[in-house]
Amino acid sequence: MDYFAQQLINGLVLGSIYGLIAIGYTMVYGIVGMINFAHGDIFMIGGFIALITFLILVSIGLTAVPLILLLVLLVAMAVTSLYGWTIERIAYRPLRHSFRLAPMLSAIGMSFVLTNFSQVAQGARVKPVPPIITGGYTLHEGVDGFSIRVSNIQIIVVITTVVLLALFTYLVARTRLGRDMRACEQDQKMASLLGVDVDRTISFTFVIGAALAAVAGMMYLLYYGLVDFFMGFVAGIKAFTAAVLGGIGSLPGAMLGGLLIGLIETLWSAYFSTEYKDVAAFSILIVVLIFMPTGLLGRPEVEKV
Amino acid sequence: MAAASTSSKTTGGLDVAFILKKSVISALVALVLFSLMIGIRTEAGSDGQLTYWTRFGDLAAMVATVFGGSILIELLRHWWGPVETVRVVPPSASKALSLAGRALVPVLLIFAFLVPVIFYNERYILDLGILVLTYVMLGWGLNIVVGLAGLLDLGYVAFYAVGAYSYALLATTFGLSFWICLPLAGILAAFFGILLGFPVLRLRGDYLAIVTLAFGEIIRLVLLNWQSLTGGPNGISGIPRPTMFGIPLTPGDDGLAALLHIEFSPTHRIVFLFYLILVLALITNWATIRLRRLPIGRAWEALREDEVACRALGINTTTTKLTAFAIGAMFGGFAGAFFATRQGFISPESFTFHESALVLAIVVLGGMGSQLGVALAAVALIGGFELFRGLEQFRMLVFGMAMVLLMIWRPRGLIGHRAPTVYLERNQAISSDLVKEGHG
Repeated sequence: MDYFAQQLINGLVLGSIYGLIAIGYTMVYGIVGMINFAHGDIFMIGGFIALITFLILVSIGLTAVPLILLLVLLVAMAVTSLYGWTIERIAYRPLRHSFRLAPMLSAIGMSFVLTNFSQVAQGARVKPVPPIITGGYTLHEGVDGFSIRVSNIQIIVVITTVVLLALFTYLVARTRLGRDMRACEQDQKMASLLGVDVDRTISFTFVIGAALAAVAGMMYLLYYGLVDFFMGFVAGIKAFTAAVLGGIGSLPGAMLGGLLIGLIETLWSAYFSTEYKDVAAFSILIVVLIFMPTGLLGRPEVEKV
Repeated sequence: MAAASTSSKTTGGLDVAFILKKSVISALVALVLFSLMIGIRTEAGSDGQLTYWTRFGDLAAMVATVFGGSILIELLRHWWGPVETVRVVPPSASKALSLAGRALVPVLLIFAFLVPVIFYNERYILDLGILVLTYVMLGWGLNIVVGLAGLLDLGYVAFYAVGAYSYALLATTFGLSFWICLPLAGILAAFFGILLGFPVLRLRGDYLAIVTLAFGEIIRLVLLNWQSLTGGPNGISGIPRPTMFGIPLTPGDDGLAALLHIEFSPTHRIVFLFYLILVLALITNWATIRLRRLPIGRAWEALREDEVACRALGINTTTTKLTAFAIGAMFGGFAGAFFATRQGFISPESFTFHESALVLAIVVLGGMGSQLGVALAAVALIGGFELFRGLEQFRMLVFGMAMVLLMIWRPRGLIGHRAPTVYLERNQAISSDLVKEGHG
């Protein structure tokens, strides 16, 4: 029982990271209707930016951990969202009214560019960082020597995710930009007729998605203590799986899907085999989609004849 | 961009201030983007401690390149005019072009058959030719699924892998010859195509894309982890070479060279492999063209254009989708078996998502549904990729950029027109703008 509870906690933390990435997929899909294949690599870039910022801050003699974390978070979000903005401008905007496969291939091309850019720029080897945040709490002392522990970093990951989600939900539901986003999601042409700046709203969507991916990248760095140039691909397809599982286009769906994928992966590795954890996640995706073709929280597609 | 075109229209001259402003902004964006990733290089030391050093020279060079490139692009744009501009081609030139276009297919075909004769002593060119033809065949196979039936398949490499492993396992375990294994590999791959087809029957568009991607990954992960059967990451080596209908291409007494009383040369095998893949690719092409004219091929195209109308017409969409997946997968399986026999060694590393994306890029870049376009795109992408062999590190970077730029330049692919499947009285080219895609 203790073991199971511990795995639930671990799964929840991993799921939060996936959920943060999945929001970027789901938002872009909801508004532009394209799969942003480069989004996983934006997550990877976010991890790298966080790593480099962290190194610089430590080497200039900063010691206060909360200050370091805050600065790293801000720099990673700012620089990575500029990546998101630039990618949209270069690779997606010229193809916005093109046929559907063209922006997707351009996104795949962009993903190759980002992966290899960071490989060329930072080398192919894994970059480890020493644990920045240590310590934790024991929730339950087990009789057989196995106790449920939650580490500080796990708490930070979950709290950051919850805070960001709350902020983000507020942004979408209550602000002018959020309203524009929802309007564009409903009908881009109509929204532009009614005075919504569609180009700006779409750019903004990419910026927000990239900023959340950067946070996920930073959390990944803190939690696993490493980044490498290839981590965007696997995390990206997992997060995309999460977005589809939750029902692509739905924000709560993305978070739910992320948590589910995180839990499935962790529980599978804990009870069955680590090698097949991705197989399990993908198989469950396929099974869910067979029975619920639009995902768990997705709206059924209306066929227009 | 809009501002640039209006200002150049009104003044007729160069708007220097605008171009400079735009380039300065681009350079500033580049400075922020590259400041950390290029300006600072991190490396893990032997003790696991991270160190870093600065590369401000490289950073400055990159920002300067972006600045210069931005000015150059703006100047080109000014010279070319707004994006929608269509340069009128004089009728005589367009007539000559269409004549050349008609001659292109036979010329290419004859050239392909003559490649081993012309380049007999150049092993590198023959190997490259085999590689290009393998991708031509894969492209034509995927074209059935994506280009004809409009089903977006991101996991095509799974069938390639199934074909390759089927041949490798059958040949190494049971010692079956290539010619028995080839159809078996095709049948097994087709079976996997149907297996994938069932869950995706109800899915549309991007859901289909993600499920096929997941399927491709599942196959790769199973191949990677099922150590006892597939050898895991070590792969399978010692896969038998193909024989010329039972006659091995070896220097031995029973080899082809000895039977024909000619001197043995390892080039014989390469030439044989070249013709083998050429024939396999041409069979794929021939089958596709034939199938398109049959009811099933027309059902595929109907499915691509409009699934609802397709159902209303009484077309069974289940069998239509399943046959498209199965037949596309079968040709992928043939190509996989060929790949295994050519390499003599296979491992899961050859069957990553990257390969699927590459083949899909060939199909879309070629112009969906255009057989000639797919062949030309394979030559352009694989051949172009080879050109950068010397720049190993930057190869994929350039490849990715080329994909983005080609899509912006020609979103409908290289060959924008294709011949209709059926026509009344006159064969008229169809613009690919009219082709729908991937909603099946």
